[in-house]
Amino acid sequence: MANLTLRYGGQAILYVLFAAFVGYFSTSPPYQHLPPDQALLRLSFRAPGQLTTDCRPRSPEELAKMSPQLRAQMDCPRERSPVHVRVDLDGKLMLDETFAPAGLRRDGAASGYRRQPIPAGEHLLRVQVNDSVRVKGFTHEAERRLTLAPGQVVLIDFLPDQGGVVIR
Amino acid sequence: MPAPTGSAGAPAALWRAAESALDRLCGVDDNPLRQLGAIGFYLFWLIAVTGGYLYIFYETSVAGAHASVEALTHGQWWAGGVMRSLHRYASDAFIAVIVLHLVRELMLGRFRGFRWYSWVSGVPTLWLAVAAGVVGYWMVWDDLALFVATATTEWFGALPGFGAALVRNFIAEGAVSDRLFSLVAFLHIGLPLVLLLVMWMHVQRLTRPQTGTTRRVALTGLAALVALSLVAPAVSGPPADLTRIATSLPIDWFYLAPLPALYTASPEAVWVASVGATLLLVVAPWLGRTPRPRPAVVEPAHCNGCRRCFDDCPYAAIAMAAHPSGKGEIAVVDADRCASCGICAGSCPSAVPFRSTATLASGIDLPHFTVDMLRAAIDATLRPAGTAGTTLVFACGHGAAPTPQPGLAIFTLPCAGLLPPTFVEYGLRLGATGVVVVTCAPGDCEYRFGLRWTLERLEGTRPPRLRRSVDRSRLAVIQAGPGSRAALDRDIEAFRARLAARATGSAAGGTSRPTLGETTHG
Repeated sequence: MANLTLRYGGQAILYVLFAAFVGYFSTSPPYQHLPPDQALLRLSFRAPGQLTTDCRPRSPEELAKMSPQLRAQMDCPRERSPVHVRVDLDGKLMLDETFAPAGLRRDGAASGYRRQPIPAGEHLLRVQVNDSVRVKGFTHEAERRLTLAPGQVVLIDFLPDQGGVVIR
Repeated sequence: MPAPTGSAGAPAALWRAAESALDRLCGVDDNPLRQLGAIGFYLFWLIAVTGGYLYIFYETSVAGAHASVEALTHGQWWAGGVMRSLHRYASDAFIAVIVLHLVRELMLGRFRGFRWYSWVSGVPTLWLAVAAGVVGYWMVWDDLALFVATATTEWFGALPGFGAALVRNFIAEGAVSDRLFSLVAFLHIGLPLVLLLVMWMHVQRLTRPQTGTTRRVALTGLAALVALSLVAPAVSGPPADLTRIATSLPIDWFYLAPLPALYTASPEAVWVASVGATLLLVVAPWLGRTPRPRPAVVEPAHCNGCRRCFDDCPYAAIAMAAHPSGKGEIAVVDADRCASCGICAGSCPSAVPFRSTATLASGIDLPHFTVDMLRAAIDATLRPAGTAGTTLVFACGHGAAPTPQPGLAIFTLPCAGLLPPTFVEYGLRLGATGVVVVTCAPGDCEYRFGLRWTLERLEGTRPPRLRRSVDRSRLAVIQAGPGSRAALDRDIEAFRARLAARATGSAAGGTSRPTLGETTHG
């Protein structure tokens, strides 16, 4: 009888231990994704840069060399400019990176994603973007004074058809 | 006669020690470690049933996802809440059991050779189970779900085909639509269906796969999970807010463990680690493998198509086809599936040593360990003068190896199931005082059914049967695992002592009694 009690008791302990193992690691230990006093700055955009070159008329000699069904008068290269992004926080450079257009012919949209935890509190955020190789400097720019709570997310987007740099 | 070698090594001994310890607690039949695959199937169905209940009340919309789960959790805690918690904890236990199952087969060395298919087909189950679980966390659409969604898309975004734009679906207000939740629900149902298909494929090279647990394990396991659900119910965090991210998250480490590594290392590093580990598991059967013994061979002239080998093969390596003679059927061996255990040879009705042919040809046989070799070895042991009093020991090469003793003739077999029962009678008729058959330990048969078929054949409940007229008191069956040599030696000595006492008793006109039935050692 004592042996049986010991056996069933042992089995009960075994299953309780397994349940405790499952229950504990189901939620614990907590994962500290960000330090408690940090906010998160995200850059995420997907936008086609400007075309690198303008269209030009083809010469008669060029047209003559082409197949008849392809003889378009204008030659419009499809290659797009990379998108150059520069982010300054409180006057300090945080990001200065160029994102290449997608596609074998470099005719697709450029896209980028970066994340950077930053201390919560007041910040001056400045974002500059250049999406044309034919322009020196930057084509779009935005500046925003932010007051960030811990865990707050700031998203920098680049939407040329909505005015350019968007800080949300 | 070549002596087969059993699986050994410290990892196998360690695992067997753990199983033996639990045997003492739960019994062999109800030892969870001995039925991990079956527990996996059981948990899958438990997850499916609880998930089905939750899906009835789940709303596939941005506004409804979190609210409907909250209503389930708190509005009907006694049903929906318990079901949700059971769903969560059974899923966690599922991962734990899959990993334990993998570790068990790895430590016991049961992943090489003919087992490659079962091993390789088991690898995707882990990925599919984790993928289904991760998607399940999206459905709650709380702060943890938002973290999981952004982290997984950041992870996939590191792959060339996906790109950095993938994560944009979860980080800007208005990006998440109701259709996303329909897609997520579809994935959360579709992935487990694919998983079930892979689980079915996983057991295709097994005959009579154990896909159900014993009742006690099922009920005790369910009781433990229900108790856990009541003590620590699964709850949601605050609704997902795309402008905020939780700094501390109660993540489920069974499913989400790779996600923190994305930030402590990098998404690329996690890809390298996870894909690398997967590839390593996939190629493991071919790393440092030992040469496979030759597969069983069918002799058409002696195969009468009785189907016994077809029924007894543990790995579905034997099929039946039309006999080349045009009459009846013949067994056909799939060499890739063949374990070379010899269980088929032990089942063949033509493997009868009393046949007067010079060479004992059987319908199906192992080329490197034929029944003719076994008969010749017995003849060489027992036919010479002065061998009276010899005890024959037919020992499984994967169980305990008996210590050689004077008067003991040991024949090590690839599997006890290779022994045709008529060989026991043959040995006794040639003058052996007794026969000992040593099998693997219960619940730890190297070839799944070698132990079971041997016992049933010797008990006369499965063909080929040991004839009723054979004196069972001169036969001992001892089930002894590799670590039980001392206990095996003691049992053999006790058996021989009883036989000797019986012989003395008979000579003095005393009564005889059955000497030994079956004894077991883990």
